[in-house]
Amino acid sequence: MCQVEEDYNGLESELNNLCCMKCKEGTAVLIIRVNDAFCRSCFKEYFIHKFRAMLGKNRVIFPQEKVLLAVSGGTASCSMLSQVQEGLSREAPKKLRFVPGIIYIDDGGACGRSAEERQRSNALLKSIFTETGFTYFIVSLEQVFSLPTSVLVPGTSDPDPSNPSYKQAVDQYIKEKQTLTEENVASAVAQLNIEDSAYSPEHKLALERLFSSMKTLTAKEDMLQTLRQHLILHIARENGYSKVMMGDSCSRLAVKLLSNIALGRGAALASDTGFSDPRYGDVVIVRPMRDYSSKEIAFYSRMFNVPSVFISGLDTKTHDKASIQRLTESFVTNLQFDFPSTVSTIYRTSEKLHTVMPPQSQTAEPASKCLLCLCTLDTKVDKASAFHATLVSEQLSQIKLQDPSLDAPAQSAEQCCTEGQGCGPGGCCSSNRLPSHQDLKTLLCYSCRLTIKDMVATNTLPPYIITEAEKRQKRWEILLHNLNISFIKKKKCCHLLTLSKPE
Amino acid sequence: MPVQCSNCVQRRAVLKRPKTGHSLCKDCFFWAFEEEIHQTIVSAGLFNRGETVAIGASGGKDSTVLAHVMKVLNERYDYDLNLLLLSVDEGITGYRDDSLETVKRNQQQYELPLKIVSYEELYGWTMDAIVKKVGLKNNCTFCGVFRRQALDRGAMMLKVDKICTGHNADDVAETVLMNVLRGDIARLRRCTSISTASDGEGAIPRCKPLKYAYEKEIVLYAYFKKLDYFSTECIYSPNAYRGHARAFLKDLESIRPSSIIDVIHSGETLSIKEGVKMPVQGTCSRCGYISSQALCKSCVLLEGLNRGLPKLGIGKHHRLHGKILAQEPLTEQEEKKLKAVDF
Repeated sequence: MCQVEEDYNGLESELNNLCCMKCKEGTAVLIIRVNDAFCRSCFKEYFIHKFRAMLGKNRVIFPQEKVLLAVSGGTASCSMLSQVQEGLSREAPKKLRFVPGIIYIDDGGACGRSAEERQRSNALLKSIFTETGFTYFIVSLEQVFSLPTSVLVPGTSDPDPSNPSYKQAVDQYIKEKQTLTEENVASAVAQLNIEDSAYSPEHKLALERLFSSMKTLTAKEDMLQTLRQHLILHIARENGYSKVMMGDSCSRLAVKLLSNIALGRGAALASDTGFSDPRYGDVVIVRPMRDYSSKEIAFYSRMFNVPSVFISGLDTKTHDKASIQRLTESFVTNLQFDFPSTVSTIYRTSEKLHTVMPPQSQTAEPASKCLLCLCTLDTKVDKASAFHATLVSEQLSQIKLQDPSLDAPAQSAEQCCTEGQGCGPGGCCSSNRLPSHQDLKTLLCYSCRLTIKDMVATNTLPPYIITEAEKRQKRWEILLHNLNISFIKKKKCCHLLTLSKPE
Repeated sequence: MPVQCSNCVQRRAVLKRPKTGHSLCKDCFFWAFEEEIHQTIVSAGLFNRGETVAIGASGGKDSTVLAHVMKVLNERYDYDLNLLLLSVDEGITGYRDDSLETVKRNQQQYELPLKIVSYEELYGWTMDAIVKKVGLKNNCTFCGVFRRQALDRGAMMLKVDKICTGHNADDVAETVLMNVLRGDIARLRRCTSISTASDGEGAIPRCKPLKYAYEKEIVLYAYFKKLDYFSTECIYSPNAYRGHARAFLKDLESIRPSSIIDVIHSGETLSIKEGVKMPVQGTCSRCGYISSQALCKSCVLLEGLNRGLPKLGIGKHHRLHGKILAQEPLTEQEEKKLKAVDF
């Protein structure tokens, strides 16, 4: 990559005379990667083939499965949408075999767009979605304030032994195909469009308060991402979708990988940037566009008129150093210019990573997952680790008086539990309704802690997060209390045993 | 209104810690800095009592601070270590010869014995001569590979048990980023360890006591303690790939100061899939040092330099290693690929 002899110049002048490298007949109309020239039809074939190959190679989408397509309006997700359309319209047996739905999250409330702008973009997208004929959901981010706490609990994926393997499922489907006609499916599906873009003013205000209590753009973007994921997850669960397809391209994922490393999410890198993300249990996130560079997607949507809508986000038109994500994006883009293999190298690195899953056991507590991002907690304080060093630094830079006050809330909570009083809705424990920074921190992974650290007031978080946090905190305290009791009992038993004569 | 130190609350704060943002007075800062390094050493179990430890000293701020702090902690906490300074002369005029003067002064100031090994005596080539042959783009590879071997050889001559280097948090974070950008999975897995593996003959373990110390704090410490160090960049470094990773890291730090430790945390917690091909540690068939190929990198590089094919070690030409071992002549085409580019 950094060799002296690599020569990337001198190709532009030859474009006029280049032949397509695939069919060797047609004149090349574009060059992707460094010097791969394609003619129009070969490029279309190449593009479509990549999508099918990605789905086919990974074999996670079973026939007749309901798959939700997360569309943001940008070129990548709209290209994905057009690929799915294309795939479903082909003749058997090469047809794609799942039932798609579309979801669009309107996050204008967090990004500061006006109501007219939001309505306009919603209308444009609605027209695109109705063209496709699939079920669609247009949901505004404000709905996040009416989510249930079950969103934060990973569902169990069904390890049903009767579940057939991929090949068996496909064979079974082909046999049964005669009984299922096209029209039935289409008509049943077309009636379910949901446009839930209405939102109440209180929710709008709450959302604005939440985002204004985050001090840095980095934390805002992180929180927006988390909330969006939760909302998509909820809609998918409610409507029986077991897979969600995201339109992240290779370039986007390379930027995401680097910025996640900078944010401290090393443990979850594989889930965040890999093909499938199983952390939610019953709903699996897949990324079929991860093999496409932004250049390929841009060319495709331009040449074949893929309809898309540009919607400005949190970091549109901000300067390079506004947030970590924005900085990484400009860094990778600039580096790519000098070293064209940067993005594909990062992509290959991400393929070699995997997320350490704890062994599947029945007794695995939900509390061992991060409250916000639902990946396994990586804050076990290893003796010689960066995390340990951070804690040591914190301790050494501050006066020791801080420590007793930190223990106080936990102690008082334990006190009232030992009294045997019921900690019901009117009881003592519910009086500390607002979780302090310290309480929340113990339930979060390393990088979510950093995000919360940037928040001024944690009570602006949506109610489902606060309630779940309290629940877990209480459960942990009760567990601790029980452990103490059983330890004391054990000591007593041992004491009695030693008193009696050994057999 | 003057800000009070957040630790002792009595004295006025003179600086703001880059790592945590707290305001501290001079003495509390010194104490916190030294204490953190002590915690790192103790929790990672870097040293055992009675060992002889060589401190890789270049005369720059990291190694000067390292030498100073090691001496202080050795006395304060009674590590019972036998410390000495080991320096490498790469033969870069205008840079290394000046920094070596600093090291010699350090030797007197800290009263530690000093040994200098030079590329000239070990390999027969100085960096100046190498750059003339190779050019300005890939010379850092030569310097880095040769220096590690030079450190090892110097340490063996002195019969030490461990080597410690002044790599700081910024260095480790840059290395993590660089390995991701280059796709070097094998190094990515190893680069966050605080000390190298100690199995295998001829391999003296190397450790990094300053692993969690920010570069900015090291500079502040050296400044306030008025330590004597040499502060110029290597004249050949501007074109190194690492420069990109460093610029990125510095920008990250300006957005969020804890990013450096966050990157190290990511590097420590990421895990590689099983089944990914990893290099196996063996020994070089020519010089006997540890190597994952038949010939160790420095032998390959030296061979290339001596034969007038300076690009022999750069890039992926593993198939030619066998030929070199067998002393076969290379074909015309292969020779052309390996010759340096004309300027």
